Amino acid sequence: MLKAVNKTYLRQLSGLIQRFQSTLVVAEHNNDTLTPITLNAITAANKLGSDVSCLVAGTNCAKVAEQLSKVQGVKKILIAQHAAYKGSMPEELTPLILATQKQFGFTHICAGASAFGKNLLPRVAAKLDVAPISDIIEIKSADTFVRTIYAGNALSTVKCNESVKIFTVRGTSFEPAAVDGGSASSEEVSSSAAAGVSEWLEQTLTKSDRPDLASAKVVVSGGRGLKSGDNFKLLYDLADQLNAAVGASRAAVDAGYVPNDMQVGQTGKIVAPELYIAVGISGAIQHLAGMKDSKTIVAINKDPEAPIFQVADFGLVADLFKVVPELTEALKK
Amino acid sequence: MSARVLVGVKRVIDYAVKIRVKPDHTGVVTDGVKHSMNPFCEIAVEEAVRLKEKKLVKEIVAVSCGPQQVQETIRTALAMGADRGIHVEVSGKDYETLGPLQVSKIMAALAKKEEADLIILGKQAIDDDCNQTGQMTAALLDWPQGTFASELTLEGGKLKVVREIDGGLETIMINMPAVVTADLRLNTPRYATLPNIMKAKKKKIANVKPADLGVDVSSRLEVLNVEEPAQRLAGVKVETVDDLVGKLKEAGRI
Repeated sequence: MLKAVNKTYLRQLSGLIQRFQSTLVVAEHNNDTLTPITLNAITAANKLGSDVSCLVAGTNCAKVAEQLSKVQGVKKILIAQHAAYKGSMPEELTPLILATQKQFGFTHICAGASAFGKNLLPRVAAKLDVAPISDIIEIKSADTFVRTIYAGNALSTVKCNESVKIFTVRGTSFEPAAVDGGSASSEEVSSSAAAGVSEWLEQTLTKSDRPDLASAKVVVSGGRGLKSGDNFKLLYDLADQLNAAVGASRAAVDAGYVPNDMQVGQTGKIVAPELYIAVGISGAIQHLAGMKDSKTIVAINKDPEAPIFQVADFGLVADLFKVVPELTEALKK
Repeated sequence: MSARVLVGVKRVIDYAVKIRVKPDHTGVVTDGVKHSMNPFCEIAVEEAVRLKEKKLVKEIVAVSCGPQQVQETIRTALAMGADRGIHVEVSGKDYETLGPLQVSKIMAALAKKEEADLIILGKQAIDDDCNQTGQMTAALLDWPQGTFASELTLEGGKLKVVREIDGGLETIMINMPAVVTADLRLNTPRYATLPNIMKAKKKKIANVKPADLGVDVSSRLEVLNVEEPAQRLAGVKVETVDDLVGKLKEAGRI
């Protein structure tokens, strides 16, 4: 009897604690559209069973706040619009997040584990004197997270005993939140004067009509076996038939065949498409770290001993210069 | 310019080693496994040495936190051209739980003590894959940060940093003193030559303890379990492009 009472009491108590949990998701955007990884971070935040707020900071927030207000699972949008937020410099965004944290007392602060999130969140964490957790792939409970270490070759379950849990979310490990059906309220927030120690000068973005690498359903990647940048055209043609994004191994990037934002791997982008086609890629540990959670992996390589065949669902031992055009033709039919 | 640069170097399991998880799931096997300097730290050292060769900095101090063995890593940095080393001795249980928060507190304390103008670190260690220490060090010092740098230029007391971002590159200008973290494309590290390795043996490595710097190394993160990720099932080899297309259609992927 007593046991039963205790159990009910405990359940109520944990319900109470959950209700007092609140998560801030720092939205990533380009002042025009929300970056898709934010939607994955919102899903992760909702798994904590808490109220989810989103902070939109930028020079022009209206459009993004509008998009976010419809995203399912977002309760409140905090908007901070100021010229100082140009380029999303962490020196400027950190004081804003600290001020927001002071006002609302979030139990969790997160963002997508993109270049933006990785740059910003550790800075916020240090200011709050807490150890952050990077690139989580699973939430076990409000204080226990799973992440990969050693280039994805081990899974580490970490319990965080910090007062505020700060983490970045691996986009490919959480489904994106639905972009309609939500009805968040919004509120303006502000922070102190601009820090002025850093200045954003310019951006050179790689232009492409193909889908975004990190979220594409199909990815075709090339490595050193392509032998030149010109030969990557073979992969672009194949990708066009599959509506695929094109990625690369470090070798292909270092050799100058393609720009480095196309790199897939431990130090590049992590992808987990439905179909990953690795062409002329040997499959080094560092490359596998970025793609081995793909649903189906195809390897095309002339070396039957290449490690990529150990993870490939379908392997074709052949000269890529012969079979890639054949594959492209076959798909046209 | 008479700047002093602090470079953080970490001793990690060599990047080419296939790691093994301990049977008791407390971590990975490190005993008897080849270790070397974290590849991103090598790039950080190389960049510091290049700045010195351009006479933009006067002294390079290489720092590593950990047990006795990290002195080898510091020696490697000295052989590449760092002037002196600081070994922040952390061992036993404290070393097992030593994370970016503790290391950044140590780096920040050393930066003040040594009156550094610039800290260069790698963007991430290939063992914990955290990608945090540089950002946290900058925060603790209230210095600006230039992370994932692929190009670094000193311009009249400021640093112009080209950063690798998701969609391409961006250029920022940050005030000194600052913290920069190196991406793979910042440079190609040199090999230490035998004469330089011999010379490095004469260079000084100071030994300090975190407590000497006023840093508490206790951690509020607890690793509950480390395990192997799920293994993929062995796949099949196909003979022709048509077979491949057939299999992919069967699997519903195209």
